Amino acid sequence: MRVWISALLLAIAGTASAQQTLLNSSYDIARELFAAVNPKFQAHWQEMTGEEVSIKQSHSGSSKQARAILQGLKADVVTFNQVTDVNVLHDKGNLIPADWNTRLPNNSSPYYSTTAFLVRKGNPKNIQGWADLAKEDVSVVFPNPKTSGNGRYTYLAAWMATSDRLDGNEDKIRDYMAHFLANVAVFDSGGRAATVTFAEREIGDVLISFESEVNNIRKQYGSDDYDVVVPKTSVLAEFPVTVVDKVVDQKGTRKVATEYLNFLYSEDIQRLLAGFNYRVHNDTVVKETADQFPPVKLLEVADYFGSWADAQKTHFASGGELDRLQAKARSLR
Amino acid sequence: MPLLRTQHSVLPGFTLSFALSVLFICLVILVPLSGLAIHVSQMSWAQYWGVITDPRSLASFRVTLLAAAGASGINAVVGLLLAWVITRYRFPGRRLMDALVDLPFALPTAVAGLTLSALFAANGWLGQWFEAIGISVAYTPLGIMIAMSFTSLPFVVRAVQPVLEDLTPDVEEAAATLGATPMATFTRVILAQLMPALLTGTALAFTRSLGEYGAVIFIAGNMPFETEILSLLVNIRLDEFDYAAASALASVILIASLVLLFGIQLVQSRLTRRWKGH
Amino acid sequence: MHERPRHWHQWLLIMAAFAAVAILLVMPLALIFTEAFSQGWAMVQQNLTNPDMLGAIKLTLIVALITVPVNLLFGILLAWCVTRYEFRGRKLLSTLIDIPFAMSPVVAGLCYLVVYGAQSVVGNWFSGMGVQLMFALPGMVMVTVFVTCPYVARVLIPLMESQGQHEEEAAIILGASGWQAFWYVTLPKIRWALLYGVVLTNARAVGEFGAVSVVSGLIRGQTLTLPLLVQMWNQDYNTVGAFTAAGLLAAMALVTLLLKTVLEWATQHNTDNATEQKTEQDTP
Repeated sequence: MRVWISALLLAIAGTASAQQTLLNSSYDIARELFAAVNPKFQAHWQEMTGEEVSIKQSHSGSSKQARAILQGLKADVVTFNQVTDVNVLHDKGNLIPADWNTRLPNNSSPYYSTTAFLVRKGNPKNIQGWADLAKEDVSVVFPNPKTSGNGRYTYLAAWMATSDRLDGNEDKIRDYMAHFLANVAVFDSGGRAATVTFAEREIGDVLISFESEVNNIRKQYGSDDYDVVVPKTSVLAEFPVTVVDKVVDQKGTRKVATEYLNFLYSEDIQRLLAGFNYRVHNDTVVKETADQFPPVKLLEVADYFGSWADAQKTHFASGGELDRLQAKARSLR
Repeated sequence: MPLLRTQHSVLPGFTLSFALSVLFICLVILVPLSGLAIHVSQMSWAQYWGVITDPRSLASFRVTLLAAAGASGINAVVGLLLAWVITRYRFPGRRLMDALVDLPFALPTAVAGLTLSALFAANGWLGQWFEAIGISVAYTPLGIMIAMSFTSLPFVVRAVQPVLEDLTPDVEEAAATLGATPMATFTRVILAQLMPALLTGTALAFTRSLGEYGAVIFIAGNMPFETEILSLLVNIRLDEFDYAAASALASVILIASLVLLFGIQLVQSRLTRRWKGH
Repeated sequence: MHERPRHWHQWLLIMAAFAAVAILLVMPLALIFTEAFSQGWAMVQQNLTNPDMLGAIKLTLIVALITVPVNLLFGILLAWCVTRYEFRGRKLLSTLIDIPFAMSPVVAGLCYLVVYGAQSVVGNWFSGMGVQLMFALPGMVMVTVFVTCPYVARVLIPLMESQGQHEEEAAIILGASGWQAFWYVTLPKIRWALLYGVVLTNARAVGEFGAVSVVSGLIRGQTLTLPLLVQMWNQDYNTVGAFTAAGLLAAMALVTLLLKTVLEWATQHNTDNATEQKTEQDTP
């Protein structure tokens, strides 16, 4: 009883202090990652300046996050999984400069990943690459490309890999994509919801998500139940980060916010990132973890679609390619 | 202010209570609604029509309407059964049953959704039995229907109960003495008198189901064209920064629910007037 | 009217009703608590003292603590206004208040976002003053006030209508101020109904999901209410935690049901007394 009461009192009283607070607005499946990064940064900042900083996290589909920031959510830094959603902050709200991605190394992307598959133990449907996902008896789970950066990568990866396989014949690509989309069992709104559907509700033969996420699932739900399949060709998934200039200038947190992002490039954190199965840039860490990451031919969105903005317009806008393919997929089901 | 008054009352405080009520209703209800209306009015008719007749929107209308209709149907039957048993018979557990009927109103919809999806998942307590006979419930339209019927169950029970309580057994007994079978007595005598209340309850359940979100998104597969409800589509359009489309779709739900609401009130006041007139 | 069931088909009906209640109502409740306790009491305690959980409890309480008094005050004002005076638009006023019942919560959230978001005129003005409405506490309170505003008024209006206003009028004629008439005459007559309205408002305010999810910034420990935490933890690989939060809300729902039953009985009792007194007064 006493525990309950004190817990309640604690909850009501809260903790008010004058220390600096950072809000990191991030994509859906980065929850465990930043839960591990933040304490390290707090220690680092304390050591550097002697000040305390508290870090708040917000996770959701990254498009939704961007919308919340445009509508007034005071996020100091964004750590997204897609360039489009960061660009929106400039295009629609002028919260950051247009050249935001030149402010940090590697296109302001401290780590990268690719899209991979998680299959049931023993790979009963024998899924090896993108072509297998359009087969008749396969059911796939991945998040909705309309609301999730994760889902958009999956969609574009399927398109690009097939384009390579079929020498860019668009009619054949569309045919493949329609069959692929017809195999989708559940369209969750974010990456994590898709994971739960696949692992806990036991729906689908294949979960498509970031390489990092599929490996983490194996850790969470036991490696005996699942196998990871990394396709030979897939998409380069960058994880762009930036400080939100308008917010940090208003709150006076530019210094700590900038340091927070720089810190993601430090060897210590790069090693931590690799531990979460993200691919990183730091040479030492890359060498250490070489056998953890199978070689993949990483296709870049800009090479196939012109730019992210173009891909967004032709494929994901209302009435775009995805909507047409969905309608076609429906007739195949 | 006195201009408004049609009859004088000795009680003071009209100006204060009237002004504050109107202010509150304006700020809390009317201003947000007009905001939506302004947003929608900035679209041309062609744009508006384009958004709401888009195949995906049409599919979500269909899913929402069918599931809500199915849920209201289930509720009409189950609700009538519960109301009947609770008002007519005396048995152990009756009061508990009566109290539990309101659970769906008291339980947060997100909790209902989480629980129903676990209950009816292929490996859940109830889902496994359905799965054994080849029926999937969770992540199918059937799941949506169940979630909707859960959240709107009390409407029918609470609408029918008072009427049933007022029905005296005399008529039934008379019918029985005149040689009517129990079935005939039920359909011709009882159901006929219950009809207005039953319809009102079912219509309220239907209205609630049209707008239900929390309980449904947990258990629906959220597949475009198949298990995507209208409220979810509004949310998805928002995530796509497509405020115009979101507002247009929202206006459809809103108009439908308002028409239903006013329709129910109109019918109800007509019926009560007729009732009193007799 | 109540009879003990005599025929087998009456028992069959009762059985069917029990089956329906068991499947639709009891099993979900049982599942919530089974899942929450599936990893032992220590795990429950750990989940309950988690900072995110404490933050969510705190926020949920704050939202309810602001929402309930606001709607209580408004409900009384509106009920007083439409039941004590005859004026043009009376019918309209009491119909408008029903709109939140009919509206999808998501649509409500959207409306608020459009009107009070940072990209709107109002939101922009507030933003200039350094006040953030949407995706922060004010917005969450605003939408909760919206979805719960009909309850108190809806409970009070039929009751006050049936009670009539003669006693208040008598009090005024005898020299009481309007305030005294309300405080000493009206309030004692409606106190149970009022409490009932508060219980309903509170239950909905604590449990609102759809509307709040549209305007919440989803910041852990800061703008996540309990229902949102249920969803968040469900996706965090923390099913037990999600069901613990759900169990907390379900326990609240059960308390609500209990209070509701008691208050319904009390209101009933009260009205019966009132009618009795009235008949007594009328007879001589």
